[in-house]
Amino acid sequence: MSVTFPSVETHPVSDGIATSPASVNDLAIRVGTVNGSGSQSANLVLLRALYAMGIPCSGKNVFPSNIEGLPTWFHIRASAKGYVGHRLDTPILVCMNEMTAKDDVRLLNPGSICIYRDDFAEDLRTIRNDVQFFPVPFAKLVEQAYPPDKADKAYRDKLRKVINMVYVGVVAYVTGIEIEAVEAGIRREFPGRKAKAAEINISAARTGYEWSKDHLPDNLPFRVERLDSTGNQILIEGNKAAALGALFGGTSVMTWYPITPSSSLAEYAEDFLKKHRTGPDGKATFAVVQAEDELAAIGMAIGAGWAGARALTATSGPGIGLMTEFVGLAYFAEIPVVIIDVQRMGPSTGLPTRTSQGDVLKMHLLGHGDCRHVVLIPGSVGECYSLTIEALDLAQQFQTPIFVATDLDMGMNLWLTDPFPYPEKPMERGKVLSAEDLERYGQFERYKDVDGDGVCRRTVPGTEHPLAAYFTRGTGHNEKSGYSERPEDWKKNLDRLARKLETARGVLPKPVIEGQVAATVGLIAYGSSHPAVVEARDILKDQGIATEYCRIRALPTSDEVTHFIERHQRVYVVEQNRDAQITALLRASLPGSITDRLRALTHYNGTPLAAENIVRPILGWEKSPSGPGWPTGNVEVDNPDKPHDAPDISPE
Amino acid sequence: MATEATVLVQSNGHSFELPTLAFAGLPSTLCKGCGHNSITSYLIEACKAVGVNPYNTVKFSGIGCSSKTPAYFLQYSHGFNALHGRMPSVATGAALANRKLLSIGISGDGDTANIGMGQFKHACRRNLPLVYIVENNGCYGLTKGQFSATADLKAPLRRETGEQNTIPPFDLCLEAIMGGATFVARSFAGDKKQLLPLLKAALTHKGLSFLDIISPCVTFNDFSSSTKSWDWAKAHEEPLQEVGFVRRLPEIEVEQKAGETTNVQLHDGSWITLRALRHDELKVTDRKSATSLLMESNERGEFLTGLMYVAPDRPDFVTMQNMVETPLSRLPLEALRPSRETLQKIMETI
Ligand SMILES: Cc1ncc(C[n+]2csc(CCOP(=O)(O)OP(=O)(O)O)c2C)c(N)n1
Ligand code: SF4
Ligand SMILES: [Mg+2]
Repeated sequence: MSVTFPSVETHPVSDGIATSPASVNDLAIRVGTVNGSGSQSANLVLLRALYAMGIPCSGKNVFPSNIEGLPTWFHIRASAKGYVGHRLDTPILVCMNEMTAKDDVRLLNPGSICIYRDDFAEDLRTIRNDVQFFPVPFAKLVEQAYPPDKADKAYRDKLRKVINMVYVGVVAYVTGIEIEAVEAGIRREFPGRKAKAAEINISAARTGYEWSKDHLPDNLPFRVERLDSTGNQILIEGNKAAALGALFGGTSVMTWYPITPSSSLAEYAEDFLKKHRTGPDGKATFAVVQAEDELAAIGMAIGAGWAGARALTATSGPGIGLMTEFVGLAYFAEIPVVIIDVQRMGPSTGLPTRTSQGDVLKMHLLGHGDCRHVVLIPGSVGECYSLTIEALDLAQQFQTPIFVATDLDMGMNLWLTDPFPYPEKPMERGKVLSAEDLERYGQFERYKDVDGDGVCRRTVPGTEHPLAAYFTRGTGHNEKSGYSERPEDWKKNLDRLARKLETARGVLPKPVIEGQVAATVGLIAYGSSHPAVVEARDILKDQGIATEYCRIRALPTSDEVTHFIERHQRVYVVEQNRDAQITALLRASLPGSITDRLRALTHYNGTPLAAENIVRPILGWEKSPSGPGWPTGNVEVDNPDKPHDAPDISPE
Repeated sequence: MATEATVLVQSNGHSFELPTLAFAGLPSTLCKGCGHNSITSYLIEACKAVGVNPYNTVKFSGIGCSSKTPAYFLQYSHGFNALHGRMPSVATGAALANRKLLSIGISGDGDTANIGMGQFKHACRRNLPLVYIVENNGCYGLTKGQFSATADLKAPLRRETGEQNTIPPFDLCLEAIMGGATFVARSFAGDKKQLLPLLKAALTHKGLSFLDIISPCVTFNDFSSSTKSWDWAKAHEEPLQEVGFVRRLPEIEVEQKAGETTNVQLHDGSWITLRALRHDELKVTDRKSATSLLMESNERGEFLTGLMYVAPDRPDFVTMQNMVETPLSRLPLEALRPSRETLQKIMETI
């Protein structure tokens, strides 16, 4: 496919491999800036403007693990089809950071547009001749919009931020984003007392817009037009959604220790709790503790859950590591607690600000000895909300740790979603006996499986009855909770715990299955891979490959997942980890013969998953199932990178 | 009327009788003669004397011989034998879930001074309402006698001729005071006269009551040169004061003696009375005075016991949370979920 356009900088445009066709309402913009330079506001303004124009959109922040000075990128996507996943090819690149500009330019597809500062030491135009370059005099324009103010000592600092709004104006012009929508977005970004800042920023955006009018072509290929697809939808991060889940799920004790990318979840939750769960007398129906570490955070949550609270803690990989011993205790002593893991890239400190699904198997099996836990895996921000509520109920119902596995991509980026529904299901209290119950039953044995479902009855401290008390221990115990090393007691208890998990498996959120039952090819994915899979399936369909798609929402997996695999010849499992953790889990639990059908598609370089990462290996497999070039299933191997000298940056 | 077999219990304004066995526990499985057993029996006695309500009391512990003891007292109370060194965090969570509970935590010197130093000091810093008892034998009893961080410099390992410890010990009372605990005392498992009133006062104090109780391990650390042995402690114990405790009872008018006696009134109106025996320079409500006395006496190699420090007025961690009066664990579920309209309003602002 060839792309032609009139150009102010006439460079030959190469033919043949361009994957960014001229388009309406199919936009992807990559903005490279410097962390701490205030570009976040500018990017949010673009996103809000697209949203106000009724175009489905999403934004991703690819940022370094430091506060200021290192490169950061923001990806904005607008798609009439509602695609919100990451896109590898961004037809519009804005370079505000010289440090990364050259690398970013090398990554562009032929036919792309590059907007950049004209005061870079090196002219980007020398690098490639198949990209349209628009050098913009940002420094001059910003001073024009925001003239020097000698009285204001912070002027220079502010100028550094306001300059970002100039590129908003340029991008708006280039793509057809309405300047009125931009203005409204800026007013929203600087409300109330910040009205003066709003005016300065509007002036900057307008200056960029007007300059572009005079200097740039008006018929560039990547444009947006008003739609009516955002309705009453909201833009929200997964962490905020999960925080709302914590609020409406009735969390009464929340404990946490700061760690990226889960901190904002706890901070949002604390704000929500303070605002909406404090009475007119100032008295709270909750307690929040910022603990001294994750060991204490989980210990407190477990103590609270044991004593009758709805307890929750949020963390990320390194914190999960520290919580290991305590989670095993809660599993074995049967104590309700919810642990949200907003996954980041490990092992070790890893890439603290990059996304991953590397903890899923660890969460499922956390603890020494035979431990197995329920893991809920939200595939959207809506599910970050609803599954957090569900987790709080399941913890009470099954008296055990329940994990919620989200990740940085889901948790810290903005996603468009329908407003969240009010939870209709009454809150679950589980089998907690009161003094009256004890009086009626006349007996109580903490670990006796009275109902045959593996779930025993419990009492909480403060129950005024001689039968109420029991001694909670992580050591071997009999049904009465007395210390026991008897082999029969030990095995019986461990088998009952397995039975309890089996009961839970029956009521966990079912997988969401869509597509053609008769298709040869099945796709399994989970969590934040969902948006990329949705898009990938459409592309595959255009290529003649019909698929059925099963999105796993809980571990242990339900029978529906097994049946799904049974009805397809080949099942691709999309995972954002190296070791294909869920594939391994499925292989271990499925009947032998069908495990051969599973092929893992792994993605683990820290970037969010894009449809292309799924499409390319599947196309390879399905179209040329043998011979040289047979894909390995490893995205990195099957999709060799374009030349790219990564800047030598080690933030940690 | 309370008879021999019953105990009068006070609970939130009302009182009732419970059989004495409510305060007892399972038979101890510790070694005969272990100091921990004596502490257990004095703790039972103190609980009965103060009239704590076992239904509203919770017992916590870490891991160790000492940490097993919550099974041996207050069988009408819920107990939680947690992880090695992590008792304080579990107690913190439970206290938040139910603000009406009286919490008793039992730990060992290994459990607190080694693996659990962080959680211990943070509990002190928060002034968690918790009676925090360390049954200090200077070694790891349960894992067969290795040194703990309270083992004395040059203490021999396991027997008179054992290899010597080359690292000086932590003084847990000093650590507790520096950490922010508001009731700090040291005593000896064999000194009922001193220990009993201290336990009673600790049960009544609102905030973190820390008790470092020297408790000989007869199996691994009870030879005559060990400072954590029965003989040594009996011979060298130097009580700071004569400690008395007067429970608040409406009919008793507490009489403040002038002169050599210091009286400290606790939160619920009970009194601790202290008659200085030595070191009358100690001002028991002054942190500086307490820490310098401890440091000086450590340098002199003295074995001081008694109440080192008390600050009855600093608000405790649970009070600071400004929670509703009803324990969170007892709130009706409706109180925990904001209304449909609230959700709608939040959605509009996002
Ligand atoms: C994480 C962990 N590490 C090590 C142990 C083994 N362990 C059990 S008890 C103990 C030391 C107990 O010493 P102390 O707290 O002084 O109790 P004592 O037995 O002396 O009363 C150790 C190291 C454990 N249970 N857990
Ligand atoms: S080993 Fe020592 S501490 Fe443990 S029970 Fe025996 S005497 Fe007590
Ligand atoms: Mg010890």
